[in-house]
Amino acid sequence: MNKIIPIGPYHPLQEEPELFKLYCEGEIVRDIKWETGYNHRGIEKLSESKTFDQVFFLVERVCGICSTSHPFAFANCMEEIGEIEIPARAKYIRSIIGELERIHSHLLWVGLAGHFLGYNTVFMWAWKYREPVLDLFEMITGNRNSYAMFKIGGVRRDIENYKIPGIQETLDLLKRKTNLLIGAVMDDPVIHARTKGVGVLSREDIINYAAVGPTARASGVDIDVRRDDPYAAYPLVSWKVITAQAGDVFAKAEVRLLEMLESISIIEQCLEGLKKEKEGGTEVLVKEIPEGMGTGRAEAPRGEVFHFVKTDGSNYPVRHKIRAPSYVNIATFRKACVGQTISDAAISLAAVDPCYCCTERMAVAYDIHTGEIIMNGAGLLELSVQKTLKLKS
Amino acid sequence: MITLPEIEIVQKHFGKAVHDVAVRSLKRATVTIDPESIVNVSRFLFKDLNFRFIIASALETDRGIEVLYHFSLDVSGLILNLQVILDKEHTEIESLTGLFEAANWIEREMHEIIGINFRNHPNLDKLISEGNWAEGVYPYRKNEQRAEGIRSENSEQ
Repeated sequence: MNKIIPIGPYHPLQEEPELFKLYCEGEIVRDIKWETGYNHRGIEKLSESKTFDQVFFLVERVCGICSTSHPFAFANCMEEIGEIEIPARAKYIRSIIGELERIHSHLLWVGLAGHFLGYNTVFMWAWKYREPVLDLFEMITGNRNSYAMFKIGGVRRDIENYKIPGIQETLDLLKRKTNLLIGAVMDDPVIHARTKGVGVLSREDIINYAAVGPTARASGVDIDVRRDDPYAAYPLVSWKVITAQAGDVFAKAEVRLLEMLESISIIEQCLEGLKKEKEGGTEVLVKEIPEGMGTGRAEAPRGEVFHFVKTDGSNYPVRHKIRAPSYVNIATFRKACVGQTISDAAISLAAVDPCYCCTERMAVAYDIHTGEIIMNGAGLLELSVQKTLKLKS
Repeated sequence: MITLPEIEIVQKHFGKAVHDVAVRSLKRATVTIDPESIVNVSRFLFKDLNFRFIIASALETDRGIEVLYHFSLDVSGLILNLQVILDKEHTEIESLTGLFEAANWIEREMHEIIGINFRNHPNLDKLISEGNWAEGVYPYRKNEQRAEGIRSENSEQ
């Protein structure tokens, strides 16, 4: 008889509500069933009641971590319908934001993967070096997440040239620390033992499940929207798509870690590009969007984000379909998990990097001796404002 | 007029089943086909031309229920939208799950939100609104009557 081991809907390893039922025989997982929809927000339907400018803020909230990938795909989609060409400066800024996001998302994943394996040193390190990336975001956009940078026809804020040396400094730090992490993860015998041959997805599985992003690239499927269907500044810079062949958790880690170095290189080239462009002029005026339909995509940290929009000449979408990469990637869990032991199930699932929300920053704390509140809402806000001012100065 | 080799091959193979072709650019095209040949055309795209299935979108228009199957050819960056138009009274089409597993969830979702019946789908249970949405009420239909019974008994308790 099979025992059912549930992961979720509320589980310390899965901070998003989703229920996976593992049907186990002894230690071995024999089948898996899942229940989704605990947190269905109806964003596609909501989008039909928003103007195009408002939809950006809505789709930014599809995912808390890759919060630029959905506006990116939506902007590509609307610019395809309206046949709009954006200024070069806006292209560079879009790519910089997209790549910074990839770095912080991959660092988050490396940390979580370490945590799932019980290797908390990796977790602490990766998250420590994720902070400077979020600080960069705060300096550039004013927000750590949900940057509100994109609009039809360009970007909402410029990256002024005087900020470039500061960004470069952080990138230098990140380059050193990424290399350190790569060394720490790739040469660690414990990580090898826990991740090699675990959660293997073959090339055929990837094609069958139409999986995308690092999940696909780790199984030797060489797809990347940035190269295949170029957008923003990606055709203007040189970089390479990282692939691996093994298809196991280790290969997925390898792809993500090496991608971070590529991202840093892309950002550096974009910053060089920015220096050559005149400041300002980050958008073109868009008066109306004609009737029609369009498809836009962008390579998010987790893979291809796909948006389909049908318009009727008004200011609202008639239909807006969103396909996030986890939608196809999570389905591969059946292949990755069945036949493995329960203890490998968590890391196999984590290997596809299902989305988590990460906007928390600190908690309200009490002094254990006096019971006084050390920090309240107003104090937290004040602290946040001060930090932003400090970053700006 | 832009022509694409992939589209020409599809037209040659499925002559009468292809109702309309709209090539927007070298990377975007829409082909409207007869709903009965959806499996054959999809098989040809997927197996012979190595297209990747991205997702499908369903929407209600004056013409009926339109379903767009979005396919991607990653070597050239082409997105091919395979469009079928279903009669509003008879929303039934063959499932693509026999070809690739990727169609499984999205067909369940389309069944749930817009009421398309997929023949030979292994499991058409609700995917996203289990337990808090009434049977036979489809939120993405434009003229859906929402006066009563929108919530099932389950969520009223």
